[in-house]
Amino acid sequence: MNRNQNVTLIVVIVAGVFLAIRAATGEFGKVYTRTETVEFTPEVQEQVGDSVKPWTIEKPVDRAEIRDAQGQLRADVHLNIQRTLGLWLAALGTLCILSFLIGDNVFYKLAEAVVVGASAAYAMIVGFWTGIVQNLFGKLMPGVMRETVLPGIPESNTAEYVYIIPLIFSVMMLWRLAPVGGWISRWPLAFFIGATAGIRLVEYLDADFVQQIAATIIPLIVVAADGSIDYAASLKNSLIVVSVLSCLVYFFFSFEHRGVMGVTARVGIWVLMITFGAGFGMTVMGRIALISDRFNFLFYEWLWLPKPG
Amino acid sequence: MGDFFTNLDRRWIFLGMGIVVALPMLLGLSFPEEPSDMVRDVFAAVDTLPEGSNILMAYDYDPATKGELEPMAAAFTRHCAKKKHKLYFITLWPAAVPMLRQNIDILESEFGDDYTYGENYVNLGFRPGNEGVIKVVVTDLKELYGNDVNGQDLQKIPMTRNLKNIQQMDLIVNVSAGTPGAKEWVQYAASKYEIKMVAGVTGVGAPALYPYVPAQLTGLLGAIKAAAEYEQTLIDAYPEFAENPATNEALRRMGPQLIAHIYIVALIILGNCIYFTDKRRGAAR
Repeated sequence: MNRNQNVTLIVVIVAGVFLAIRAATGEFGKVYTRTETVEFTPEVQEQVGDSVKPWTIEKPVDRAEIRDAQGQLRADVHLNIQRTLGLWLAALGTLCILSFLIGDNVFYKLAEAVVVGASAAYAMIVGFWTGIVQNLFGKLMPGVMRETVLPGIPESNTAEYVYIIPLIFSVMMLWRLAPVGGWISRWPLAFFIGATAGIRLVEYLDADFVQQIAATIIPLIVVAADGSIDYAASLKNSLIVVSVLSCLVYFFFSFEHRGVMGVTARVGIWVLMITFGAGFGMTVMGRIALISDRFNFLFYEWLWLPKPG
Repeated sequence: MGDFFTNLDRRWIFLGMGIVVALPMLLGLSFPEEPSDMVRDVFAAVDTLPEGSNILMAYDYDPATKGELEPMAAAFTRHCAKKKHKLYFITLWPAAVPMLRQNIDILESEFGDDYTYGENYVNLGFRPGNEGVIKVVVTDLKELYGNDVNGQDLQKIPMTRNLKNIQQMDLIVNVSAGTPGAKEWVQYAASKYEIKMVAGVTGVGAPALYPYVPAQLTGLLGAIKAAAEYEQTLIDAYPEFAENPATNEALRRMGPQLIAHIYIVALIILGNCIYFTDKRRGAAR
């Protein structure tokens, strides 16, 4: 066996022994739930009518509340098999992804493929339901949709035929999949690109150009309400103005970066480096937050280790 | 010694990181947080609104960033509920629908007596179209949202019946993991229509959004550190939250953060020492 295989074997054995000890010393890896009914207040129910009836949901129960003082399972609490299965899948998926730290392996590949496939399918289904069913067909054929999948559509809604245009565009876009006439999909695509570019240009000009310039026109010496100079605010404002100007000079290539231009551009580089450093530091913080969240899940939701405090 | 570190298998570094994150968590190490001015501004934006104000809870994050943003979103939800604001949940991310559900669970389990669906909160769910959705709902909400996430007609829901567009909101609270997110809400809604807005974002995204503060964005929470400060501010203002362990989720995560950061700083210093020692050795040869 090579070194990678040895490391993997040791990790698997240690994890297996730990799980065996954990199983022998108490419960873990289960989800208990309580069935609760959700209903509107009488006033709201009267307004929404009979189209929406009270429904039930499964609420997870904290592990401290699962059993009574005698150690018996509470009457209104039950083991939820589906969620328990989901918990184990999530735990094993997390471990499979973390196994990449040892080296690329089949478990990581499997988990990666599941994540990609499930995410894509989920986004497609949610997009289809909300975009095509609710927005497009719900507007084009409110009567049919009310009778079939969207009972909440009011009787007063009538067909809005302007939505035939996006329907035609959608069909044209899908034409790309046809063996002939793929060029047809370029027309709606051209429309989307043009419209999006136009909309974004206007919003960018306002929010990121005009208003950002306005935010940089600030007093370099800030006078407090009592007439004294607020040195902290003055320093902050001066730093903002100097940083913006020096960074702009750094990206100004019409003149050679020598003399005053060179010094200012060098200050600009320093400002940029400090910004990148801050960004890197924040990224590290974010990544540690993610791993601590996963550990939190593994330790307390899956393994049921005792929570400190 | 230098050769040992130069040839060190990087998996030892990973193991070390695992230990420095796991140990403080298992031991329950946490440290007091002193809220920054920025966090106080965000808190004040929610807290100073009169009871029952309309707040758009735009939560644009998915399970991939849940670890970083969920404590922040939950703190916003609890704070808004404590102030008895009317909450309109919405998202531009398809995978964020379960995230909205988790925040609604907080309302139902912790504030159930004060919060009734349709009267105090509504879940508008997701609509495809990225920033195009903001562009539409900022002038005509019902053009895109004819019904809520359950398919219920918005005309029949009391709190949305007279809602024309999101300009009627007193505040936008956005928790964002990327695009579309805080930047787009600023560009297409807050900045153009002068709607007050606060945001909470990932560490990666925060530096790019700070320039919007304070003119276009009232305040910004960056990463788990700001979430912990927000939780601390919430507990200081409303001590009853201290009894709920779920309220200090970000505070609990700051123990592992501190130790892990010390570990990383130590590694950076060690790496630089080895680099310069090797360089000097090479020059001497």
